[in-house]
Amino acid sequence: MKNILEIENLTKFYNKSFKALENINLNIKEGEIFALLGPNGAGKSTLINSICGIVNFNTGTIKINNMDIIKKYRSTRKITGIVPQELNLETFETVWNNVNYTRGLFGKKPDHEYIEKLLKQLSLWDKKNNKIKELSGGMKRRVLIAKALSHQPKLLFLDEPTASVDVELRKDMWDVVKKLNKDGVTIILTTHYIEEAEELSDRVAVINEGKIILIDEKDRLIKKLGEKTIKIELIQPIDKINGNLSKYNFTLDQSNTILSHTYNLNSNITDITELLNDVKKDGYEIKDINMEQSSLEEIFIKLIKENNNELVRN
Amino acid sequence: MNWYGIKAIYIHEMERFKRTLFQSLASPIITTSLYFVVFGSAIGSRITEIDGINYGSYIVPGMIMLTILTQSISNASFAFYFPRFTNTIYEILAAPLSSFEIVLGFVGAAASKSLIIGCVIILTANFFVEVRIDHPFLMMFFLILTSVTFALFGFIIGMYAEGFEGLQIIPILVITPLVFLGGSFYSINMLPEFWQKISLLNPVLYLISGFRYSFYEVSDVSLFTSTLTILTILVGCIIFITYTFSKGYKIKD
Repeated sequence: MKNILEIENLTKFYNKSFKALENINLNIKEGEIFALLGPNGAGKSTLINSICGIVNFNTGTIKINNMDIIKKYRSTRKITGIVPQELNLETFETVWNNVNYTRGLFGKKPDHEYIEKLLKQLSLWDKKNNKIKELSGGMKRRVLIAKALSHQPKLLFLDEPTASVDVELRKDMWDVVKKLNKDGVTIILTTHYIEEAEELSDRVAVINEGKIILIDEKDRLIKKLGEKTIKIELIQPIDKINGNLSKYNFTLDQSNTILSHTYNLNSNITDITELLNDVKKDGYEIKDINMEQSSLEEIFIKLIKENNNELVRN
Repeated sequence: MNWYGIKAIYIHEMERFKRTLFQSLASPIITTSLYFVVFGSAIGSRITEIDGINYGSYIVPGMIMLTILTQSISNASFAFYFPRFTNTIYEILAAPLSSFEIVLGFVGAAASKSLIIGCVIILTANFFVEVRIDHPFLMMFFLILTSVTFALFGFIIGMYAEGFEGLQIIPILVITPLVFLGGSFYSINMLPEFWQKISLLNPVLYLISGFRYSFYEVSDVSLFTSTLTILTILVGCIIFITYTFSKGYKIKD
């Protein structure tokens, strides 16, 4: 699949001294959902704003559909939409005017039929004549999405699309994102919610201190860096781990009944069948077995910690 | 050219004008009426004709200029500062619009609002004094050129302002004094020679003088100098805006 976005050696300074982005290289494939993860101030929004032309960058090149975003800004921006992090809206304007205004800005002739369909899709149709100030936070977020989609972009940036929305609305938003992607829109989202990236994305990048420290497919990332823990609950408590089980790195909980063993998914060292046979050979009776896999959130925290330690060492 | 984009900005701004139509029109009408009552009737009745023109009628072009200048600046500066303040500027910057198109949309709307207000003031003035326009096309030329030029000036203020207070500093501290001292309510020939020379350093004098010529064929300076002055300010504003946009200063960090 061809790349819809190509970033090479992108660097951005604020006030000539603070390096917000450092040598960013990133390719986004057409049709994928790409999640950009990182702590506050990592450079996620700056990266998106640089791509969309909202801030100037210092060095490097950005291409959308193989066109340079500076030299061919009209062509590249026409196919790009952005939903900002903050609820930035003209509060005294109606939903209808707000959405049509954005369509006009992007050089598209009025299409009331499409805007009506879009507002209906986002459950905003009955609010079309309401002023923005009369809407709830969740509704405002939907208006921002409607505005970003008003000119039918091929590449959509969602900067923390579900920040400060309730769980139900978050799930609704996820459905909207999935539907858009199904309709052929390439989506790049930044998020604090790892479960959001886990739920939606095909690939994930982790950004910290303006640098991308990792890019990989979500499933492979979990597999590569993820850990699994097997917890074996015994019927009878034991005093200490010995016999065949001593060759595994088992830990015993306070009740002396639960044995825990953590292993890396990538290592392939632990043979579960053999492990369970060893438990049986030692004469332990098993009450329950539980498997826990590390989430993207745990991987993310681990990566950031490692990266910060490395920065301190350097 | 992104005509739909320019139209979107223009209509969006004119909608704001429509929403606040009463405030937008009532304020200049009341102010103009007060000027006529105070300067035209109360004080004006004690002043003899200037250059053969009744004092009440003589001050009409100056008062229109005063309103046009302040309205053009405040409309354009507010129009561009407001999206910066609310952060809705992001969609203008992300849209396929050149800086020229952005300026055209905002300045076009600000100048249009000023023109509407200017025309309303001419109508209002007719209720108080006799207004004669000897050169209507020249009058419109000056009216449009001044509205556009000072809307551009207001746009610059909107780009650089750090807060709502910043929008008011230049109009209050610079523009209003220049208009008052630029012969809005008098001819510079009435001043001592030294102050006449000082007045010639005031660019607004040339605008008012040229504009007054289009009404009554009387002026303090030549029509050519007046036209040249306003065109110089216009070009200066365009160069400044182009430079600021090229650097992205205050807008794109």
